[in-house]
Amino acid sequence: MLHIVNKSPYERNSLESCLRMASKGSAVLLIEDGVYGATKGGSFEGKVQAAMADVKLYVLGPDLSARGMADRVLDGVSVVDYGGFVDLVAEHSNCQSWL
Amino acid sequence: MNDEMDMEEGGVVKQFMFVNRKAPYGTIYALEGLEVVLISAAFEQDVSMAFIDDGVYELKKGQDTKALGQKNFSPTYRALEGYDIEKLYVERESMEARGLTEDDLLVDVIVLDRAEMAAKMDEQDVLISF
Repeated sequence: MLHIVNKSPYERNSLESCLRMASKGSAVLLIEDGVYGATKGGSFEGKVQAAMADVKLYVLGPDLSARGMADRVLDGVSVVDYGGFVDLVAEHSNCQSWL
Repeated sequence: MNDEMDMEEGGVVKQFMFVNRKAPYGTIYALEGLEVVLISAAFEQDVSMAFIDDGVYELKKGQDTKALGQKNFSPTYRALEGYDIEKLYVERESMEARGLTEDDLLVDVIVLDRAEMAAKMDEQDVLISF
């Protein structure tokens, strides 16, 4: 299953809910303001690091660059472009957007 | 005449603070807030901006929106000085929670701790929230 999160973890609990419900082996894609969840140094970093033991984390590159955060992505997170976004949707049988 | 009022040039000058709490691009708040601040400069008021919570992300250096197809409005924060809007207050706790330091910001700001920011907000005549 692919989970998509588009809200900042510092403003909404969408990412927290997602990580709570995502089962082992799921993919989580962070887009829009959700990309802040994949960055280093913040108080949410620990929760994301812990979740990465069970889920594969992706982040949308154009949204990272727009926000000036492209140089501080957490190790182990894969940066994808729009084509990669489409591939992720196509590769997974279903998808949940945590709006 | 009390010290909050300045009747020069026939108008009352009030303290206006624009409170920015949203990250850029994900919603329209940051851009709309910036546009209203620029408009406010025409009214010769005592204008300041506060950046708290995700609002601190508005000032992050290195924003590049080419791949996004949206306008990068971050250089505009550096132009505010030219409109006599020089009081940009950033809450230290919000910055630190997001792993940011003053060096990560694209414009000179005044960093306040939470209590100082609260006091600064208390002393305003008008607060406008984005």
